[in-house]
Amino acid sequence: MSFLEVDDIQTYYGNIQALKGISIAVEEGECVTLIGSNGAGKSTTLRSISGLTPARMGSIRFDGQEIAQLPPQEIVRLGICQSPEGRKTFARMTVRENLELGAYLRKDHANFEGDLKRIFDLFPRLDERQRQKAGTMSGGEQQMLAIGRAMMGRPRLLLLDEPSMGISPILTERIYETIAEINQQGTTILLVEQNANFALEVSQRGYVLETGKVVMSNASDALRTDPEVQKAYLGT
Amino acid sequence: MSATETPPDAPGTPPGQISIKPQSALVARLTAPATQKLILPVVFLGLMALVPLVLDQSSPLLRDATLAAAYVVMALGLNIIVGFAGLLDLGYVAFFAIGAYTIGWLGSGFFAEANGGEGIHIAVTGFAASLPGIHVNFLLVLVAALIFTTIAGMIIGLPTLRLRGDYIAIVTLAFGEIIGDIAENGDRLSIGDYKLTNGKQGITPVDKIDLPLVEPFKLGAIDGRPWFWVALALVALVLFVNFRLRDSRLGRAWIALREDEVAASSMGIPLVKTKLLAYGTGAAFGGMSGAFLGSYLNTVNADQFQFSFSIFILSMVILGGLGSIWGVVVGAIALSFMNFRLIPELRDAPSLVGLDFELTDLSFGIFGFLLVIMMIMRPEGLLPERRRQIELTENLEGGDDVPVQAVKA
Repeated sequence: MSFLEVDDIQTYYGNIQALKGISIAVEEGECVTLIGSNGAGKSTTLRSISGLTPARMGSIRFDGQEIAQLPPQEIVRLGICQSPEGRKTFARMTVRENLELGAYLRKDHANFEGDLKRIFDLFPRLDERQRQKAGTMSGGEQQMLAIGRAMMGRPRLLLLDEPSMGISPILTERIYETIAEINQQGTTILLVEQNANFALEVSQRGYVLETGKVVMSNASDALRTDPEVQKAYLGT
Repeated sequence: MSATETPPDAPGTPPGQISIKPQSALVARLTAPATQKLILPVVFLGLMALVPLVLDQSSPLLRDATLAAAYVVMALGLNIIVGFAGLLDLGYVAFFAIGAYTIGWLGSGFFAEANGGEGIHIAVTGFAASLPGIHVNFLLVLVAALIFTTIAGMIIGLPTLRLRGDYIAIVTLAFGEIIGDIAENGDRLSIGDYKLTNGKQGITPVDKIDLPLVEPFKLGAIDGRPWFWVALALVALVLFVNFRLRDSRLGRAWIALREDEVAASSMGIPLVKTKLLAYGTGAAFGGMSGAFLGSYLNTVNADQFQFSFSIFILSMVILGGLGSIWGVVVGAIALSFMNFRLIPELRDAPSLVGLDFELTDLSFGIFGFLLVIMMIMRPEGLLPERRRQIELTENLEGGDDVPVQAVKA
């Protein structure tokens, strides 16, 4: 059994069906990416896993436990932390306060400073800006903060929703280097990305989504050289 | 952790460090952050407690001050719901009503037939102990009001859980109206042989506050000072709870919720529980103040529970500064003095310039005008909360490194 098993989930926004039976699997230690165009259901898949938009049908098992109908806080407690779409940092709070909220559900206050240090090692920029309001930082810095904040929850599975959205290519590259580093340090990652180039570079496997369905799945290297994927998502 | 009260933009000074060297143990203790935070409330409450000593015991000013204190408690309660958690509640009057009826039911002759006309008396002394009806000690009534309004707050909160922003305002507004209507028509609603309320006639008289170890507040007594001190004690209690909550884990969850609900939820903040706790706590303060006012005004009647009351309290919160505890205290004092003293004192001013109305008819027009002026001159309130000030003075929307066109391409 896989670490994360999403089995035929169907998710709706009101009456509109966004996911028409998505099945994916993520093994422990892997970095897996979902690619696809706008409206393909990538973010909705992540929101279904994290409980923000629960799936109406189908099952999601994490480490053997059924989580599809759990509320978001229970899912976070099990170790699935998310950097949501559009970063969603708390604009009027400082960088440090944002990171503190990332550890909201944790009881082990003793390790808090150590984890904070780890985040600052990963993103030195955040260390420099500890006392700055998140809303006054650039998009790239806010993205770093959103990832760092999710990491403060000590995730066993990290969900990243479009980390390159609205960010300069240079910063995107730096963020992806860090994502690769987080994965190498042992955190399992499920990544959603429209900008497939970077995503396929750091991930080991990928799924291609179209209008709420998985249309292709393969090793990331193979997807990168697939002519159809290249044409549709890599812009080459 | 985030509670260090150092100014937000002080680059160079690492958090939590004090640059002045303490000269003695006393100075060190006084400059410790925890003690520093205590100084202002203690000095403020201490000075306030002295006010009745310089006033005549039947001074109308004392009455205004007592009302102002009761309104401070209300405004601090509403501030938890609107200021901390960001849930716009336009029906706060409901909690005033429920708190007031708690003392109306449990501290008056309203249920005259109770116990076969003998009355039920719990821990009451003096005159009230011999009257028919239900007479429960004020402190117990206060606890009952707290419990009733907390439950009512959560019930009113439930249907708003799935709503956001303006829609919450509409639902809470409706609840305020429903409670007001029940109060007004309660003389025709009955449970068994008992009427629910006494409608516009009101439940009167209401028991005076009866505190253990202190001589009972005498019926018809003109000494207003004990009332003020009780109101001030409520303010102290509510202030203390407000400060503790603001710096607590729950307080941070409220603020996170206010800032961004989706992000808060992704952090594992339980939305339902966090929102209901905001409604419950805010309501509890309104209920306590309501029970006090019921006793102080010596009547619980439907005319008190109008929509305009909710707006009055909300104006205090906005005038002072949403989410700012001291701001709300200042806002509540300012508006209640304006309402109970300044405007009535200038009542005849329009006739001096040949206009045929009294200034009191214009009270809400004046408050509205004041709010408009505030929104133009100082939108963050008189004593703004740190965070909100930043929102209104700095551009927080920026954050895209790439020009829009580049993203589209």
